[in-house]
Amino acid sequence: MTDLTRLSAASLASKIASKEVSAVEVTTAHLDRIAAVDERVHAFLHVDREGALAAARKVDNGEITGPLAGVPIAVKDVVTTKGVPTTAASKILEGWKPPYDATIVERLKQAGMPILGKTNMDEFAMGSSTEYSAYGATNNPWDLGRIPGGSGGGSSAALAAFEAPLAIGTDTGGSIRQPGAVTGTVGAKPTYGGTSRYGLIAFSSSLDTPGPCGRTVEDTALLHSVMAGYDPRDSTSINAPVPDVVKAARLGKNGDLSGVKLGVVKEFAGDGSEPGVLSSFHESLEKLVKLGAEIVEVSCPNFQYALPAYYLIAPSEASSNLARFDGVRYGLREGDDGNRSLEEVMSLTREAGFGAEVKRRIIIGTYALSSGYYDAYYGQAQKVRTLITRDFQSAFERVDVLVSPTTPFVAFPFGSRTSDPYQMYLADLFTIPTNLYGGPAISVPCGLSEGLPVGFQIMAPTMADDRMYRVAAALESAVGSFTPPEL
Amino acid sequence: MTYEEILTKYEPVIGLETHVELGTRTKMFCGCKTDFGAEPNTQVCPVCLALPGALPVMNKAAIEATIQIGLALNCDIAEWCRMARKNYFYPDMPKNFQTSQYDEPLCVDGYVDVEVDGVTHRIGIERVHIEEDTGKTLHVGGATGRIHGATESLVDYNRAGIPLVEIVTKPVPGLGALAPEIAKAYVAELRDIVRSLGVSDVRMEQGSMRCDVNTSLNLPGEEWGTRTETKNVNSLRSVERAVRSEIIRQAGILDEGGKIFQETRHFQETTGDTRPGRSKETATDYRYFPEPDLVPIAPDRAWVAALKEALPEKPSVKRARLREDWGISEIDMQSVANAGAVELIEETIAAGASPAGARKWWMGELARRANELDVELAAVGATPAQVAALQKLVDDGKLNDKLARQVLEGVVAGEGDPAEVMAARGLEVVSDTGALTKAVDDAIAANPDIAAKIRDGKVAAAGALVGAVMKTTRGQADAKAVRELLLERLGVS
Repeated sequence: MTDLTRLSAASLASKIASKEVSAVEVTTAHLDRIAAVDERVHAFLHVDREGALAAARKVDNGEITGPLAGVPIAVKDVVTTKGVPTTAASKILEGWKPPYDATIVERLKQAGMPILGKTNMDEFAMGSSTEYSAYGATNNPWDLGRIPGGSGGGSSAALAAFEAPLAIGTDTGGSIRQPGAVTGTVGAKPTYGGTSRYGLIAFSSSLDTPGPCGRTVEDTALLHSVMAGYDPRDSTSINAPVPDVVKAARLGKNGDLSGVKLGVVKEFAGDGSEPGVLSSFHESLEKLVKLGAEIVEVSCPNFQYALPAYYLIAPSEASSNLARFDGVRYGLREGDDGNRSLEEVMSLTREAGFGAEVKRRIIIGTYALSSGYYDAYYGQAQKVRTLITRDFQSAFERVDVLVSPTTPFVAFPFGSRTSDPYQMYLADLFTIPTNLYGGPAISVPCGLSEGLPVGFQIMAPTMADDRMYRVAAALESAVGSFTPPEL
Repeated sequence: MTYEEILTKYEPVIGLETHVELGTRTKMFCGCKTDFGAEPNTQVCPVCLALPGALPVMNKAAIEATIQIGLALNCDIAEWCRMARKNYFYPDMPKNFQTSQYDEPLCVDGYVDVEVDGVTHRIGIERVHIEEDTGKTLHVGGATGRIHGATESLVDYNRAGIPLVEIVTKPVPGLGALAPEIAKAYVAELRDIVRSLGVSDVRMEQGSMRCDVNTSLNLPGEEWGTRTETKNVNSLRSVERAVRSEIIRQAGILDEGGKIFQETRHFQETTGDTRPGRSKETATDYRYFPEPDLVPIAPDRAWVAALKEALPEKPSVKRARLREDWGISEIDMQSVANAGAVELIEETIAAGASPAGARKWWMGELARRANELDVELAAVGATPAQVAALQKLVDDGKLNDKLARQVLEGVVAGEGDPAEVMAARGLEVVSDTGALTKAVDDAIAANPDIAAKIRDGKVAAAGALVGAVMKTTRGQADAKAVRELLLERLGVS
């Protein structure tokens, strides 16, 4: 029998639908794979064997059908799962079992997708390497001494290690695309508001976007269409039909991009990117031209301010969103011995419960929002955000999509950037503008540099998610896939 | 210095911030119920408990009610505005920020006209905005129920997320010695307006309407003085007393060359003065910013126009009209309004009762009953139709006043309509002449001495025999008819 963990989600789904294999067999194969390799990868914080098998049995009993019925999935631990521990990789939520499912989790369940478990991440999705998890880092399956990207390192590593065929990630400044790039997998950030945030533990409300992670563009599109769509429980959710991303991905596979204009962002060229990353990117561009695409250089002059604007807006919102973790209602409570004041208990709880990076961002955000500094920092950052949005809008008047490398560098060794937060923040240099704008973007593997994967980013106008899938699928068929060495 | 002397020397400036709890069926940002007095933490969900991942969704009914209030206060309704986060820590505030409005309120720049002693004063409205209430903390184990000495604190989140509307006046100068009365009249008018809209029960004593009173004093021609903010004043009388006592207190300090510090003060119901609370020398930094979890509010202009069109008659206009119709004094009308009885009396009259009759029952027996039960007059258990039917039975001579009160007691107790209660309890006035004649004759026979006196012309003695007859008929006889019959039987009529 073929190794079920090596198959794409699309082929697993069709084998399950045709009863060639059972959903329980597929799920068991992945659970076994997790048991065999996760000690080395540490992609999972929690594995829900019973829950996953029960869901698989429902599909085998014919209770649920659908395009991904029976295909197991891993969910980033920042998304609530009813009765299953959800910690956002923080000590402050250790052992917390949410009494409710996130909307996207409800949709996975309705689609008959067994949830294998919860994946590791940077604490509260703050980081670019998964080294800030309170429960220990995830290792990149390509090289266990290197980071798997962040914050969704667990989700992407689970795919690269064949522990799951699909995974859920969340992208606030690149946390789906950047781990996708450094693990050689696909990761898409849908249009903001295209996927529901209800049940996503908030980091930065105006930026957070749940999205799909897969090993192929088509798989990613299939998951996208299962999880996306209007949710009345999320006020910022868009009440419009989901673009047909599956159709677009299948269309793109044909490899015809004639008439498609790809905009190369001038400001992203050269400086800061590793030579291997740049050469992979340019080779990919050449392949896309051969498929009929036209390359246009566009200028987005305000993109250079995206990183500083992001590091004011995201921490500001985070400082407010994380205020609810005070030890009063759930999670950790420290120092409640009857002799301490409320303020002391709250302070001790937060001291013990939050990691260094989370504290750093709370402090930055609190400062940026405080009176006297608001206009200079938060207010200014919002203006930059508007300018970046205009850059995107005027670029999209000339081109269909924008393209760039996903990250300036390939997976770096553990510890090499933790001592300098700014060096760490640079990992998201190319991904952040899209979050400030709200449009969709995807990272597709496009080559190797020094034996490590390089990602190619495609950015599209808001609600034109299908457009980026089409280009992504064309690129994928042109460059082929990249498989990490055996673990 | 007397109060009058103070006001010849200093000019007061007042400002009022009033919170009104909206009577929406569900909370501001989730579908939880808002019923008053439910078991603690039974009306909660992930959203109002602020569980990780939960998100708010705006209650359209709360926006509508806020717009109605804004329109009734002659405000402009913003074409586009946003909610904001007001960040501060409080153990009964689940998110540790309050979702409120900051620099982009829903309604701005209106006014309320208030009449005191026949003179109309216009109070400017700065803004009307929408926000949410917090939960409630209960301190257990201490002697006083306060946090000091308590062994534990319990939090009830039923109230967390109930929509509140905050109505802020512009600073009001130039009211002179009448400032306390006008402040009170403003709050009363505001209450009547909100009540007429049907968007809140505006009960100050239950906290569904609460007032913060800002007061400052300055010398004529000089800049406005430093203001103090007296928090949570919860009756009309207290509003007046709080302004007055703060004027007197501040004048005392200023006269001795002292300085007023900007601070929060608390009104003492027992003594009628204010005590210091939190000092505001260092302003609290709430770190306001636009709420990213909620999309902006952009009320459809046609909707706003329709709401404006549908506004009810202004309470002051309506009161003047009804006062005329009912033929009562301004003071009587004010007490009817204060009792929340305007609409009830109006409906009772519409159901056929006379204005005097309708007012008598609602303001008398039923008001007393509502007070005993601590419920709103409308919830006392009698409907306008029932009160009208009761009055008709009295007018038709089937009930006298005393019997009518007993019937009303049965109606309030849920025994049915007045006619049913009267029949079931056997309370109808005895009008059977045969039975009455027998009762009168029995009374004469049992009291020969009194009967003799009456026959001798001492008619005043008849009262005793009437009393005796009323006693044997258990009050169900018509006393006037008994007296006439008695005198007739004794041959003195």
